Amino acid sequence: MTQQPIVDARAIHKHFGALHVLKGVDLKVAERELVFVIGPSGSGKSTLLRCLNRLEEPSSGSIVVDGIDMLDARTDINHARQRIGMVFQSFNLYPHMTALGNVTLALRKVAGKSRVEADRLGQAALERVGLADRAGHTPGQLSGGQQQRVAIARSIALEPRVMLFDEPTSALDPELVGSVLEVMRSLRESGMTMIVVSHEMGFARNAADRVVFMDDGLIVEQGPPAAIFENPTHERTRAFIGQIQRH
Amino acid sequence: MTNFERFLDTFFNGKVMLKYLPDILSGMVVTIELAVLIVLSGLAAGLSLALIRSLAIRPLNWLIIFIVDLFRSLPPLVIIVLMYFGLPYAEVSPSGFVSTWLSLAFVLMAFSEEIFWAGITSVHKGQWEAARSTGLSFGQTLMNVVLPQALRLTIPPLTNRTIAITKGTALGTVVAVTEILGEASSAVSNSYNPSPLMMGAAAYLVLFLPVVVLARRLETKFAWKK
Ligand SMILES: Nc1ncnc2c1ncn2[C@@H]1O[C@H](COP(=O)(O)OP(=O)(O)O)[C@@H](O)[C@H]1O
Ligand SMILES: [Mg+2]
Repeated sequence: MTQQPIVDARAIHKHFGALHVLKGVDLKVAERELVFVIGPSGSGKSTLLRCLNRLEEPSSGSIVVDGIDMLDARTDINHARQRIGMVFQSFNLYPHMTALGNVTLALRKVAGKSRVEADRLGQAALERVGLADRAGHTPGQLSGGQQQRVAIARSIALEPRVMLFDEPTSALDPELVGSVLEVMRSLRESGMTMIVVSHEMGFARNAADRVVFMDDGLIVEQGPPAAIFENPTHERTRAFIGQIQRH
Repeated sequence: MTNFERFLDTFFNGKVMLKYLPDILSGMVVTIELAVLIVLSGLAAGLSLALIRSLAIRPLNWLIIFIVDLFRSLPPLVIIVLMYFGLPYAEVSPSGFVSTWLSLAFVLMAFSEEIFWAGITSVHKGQWEAARSTGLSFGQTLMNVVLPQALRLTIPPLTNRTIAITKGTALGTVVAVTEILGEASSAVSNSYNPSPLMMGAAAYLVLFLPVVVLARRLETKFAWKK
């Protein structure tokens, strides 16, 4: 990694009361890199992602995303967050709006686009996730896979520099997982920088540049997918990989 | 005269009714004025308090909760009487109309704040997170994402509560407000005949029955469809 990393998080600690959830995590991500984060439940993966766009306030450490110091009090956090897309396990679409309404809300309110311009960009984003013909549907009228793709469109419409995915396919029926992974793959091919928390090992194997294994609030080990999956150096990594491969 | 005729003559006496119809009608106007004022100011104040509460400023929230619990515990009649007969000792002398309006508006504010607040907190945390992650501010998220969902949930309890409190305008008679019940009871004492009370009851039905029916419609319409 010679160039300036687009995400540079250093020594991130996070406490929830007495619970020490992140114990000094360092994570650098290069532009166009796809970093895959794995680890047992409760190891702090979600908390780490949520610290990166400051949905969670880190207890200490530093986070720079695309040259912006995320923890500086003078940083306009709402402006900074436009550059960091986030996709959630539970989609979190706005149920009272259509798919297009979901995608255009931030375009209008945050990016300051006119309704016509926002609709045009929103329609284009829906097109990219293969749902141009569902623009007028409400979330309740869409399948889980379609909802998650609308959620992805809602993020990419803002042209983020980085996308964070927190178990984007975990809430989906198995037959719907593929369509979401397909969209993620095409995002990756378009050069999007992505940090993905997921258990989709197949996807990791052929799309990830690097796999990061977290346990108990720390990054235990990281490397290319083949190395981590075939040849983990740490006992805990080996145990975890063995476990999920048996499933 | 048969018993039935005597009954009609007593409770539905045409002459008495005709004579006091204008009074009852003017009482209706006062009731409508009061009701509209109470609903508008009470709901606006309740929603404002709920929005302020969502800012999560501790001392402010304690104050809001205290005020809300106070007005939910006191019987509305007590508040009206305190305001009308008590405030003059503090050099403020609200009229019976103003006392009734403000008292019931405070009660509606208190109950509706709780309902609005319950609606706001029932919106899933993920909605906040998704909106904030796209760069929407706290206020933009509240107004565009959370409140529209919260209001939907609040409509059934809110309409019920609003109707119940608005009917309390009849309490205004105690402080000489010439609303429907006030007009009707003075007509009864002047005419020595209860017919005006029947007209009063009819007036309440004319005013509130359509509202109750409308509320029922709204409830079905806004029932949360998944
Ligand atoms: N808001 C919170 N308050 C208290 N504890 C939390 C909160 N969020 C997460 N935790 C705790 O932090 C730990 C890590 O959680 P999380 O980051 O969600 O792990 P993962 O995503 O790896 O499963 C867990 O023990 C979880 O219970
Ligand atoms: Mg998680």
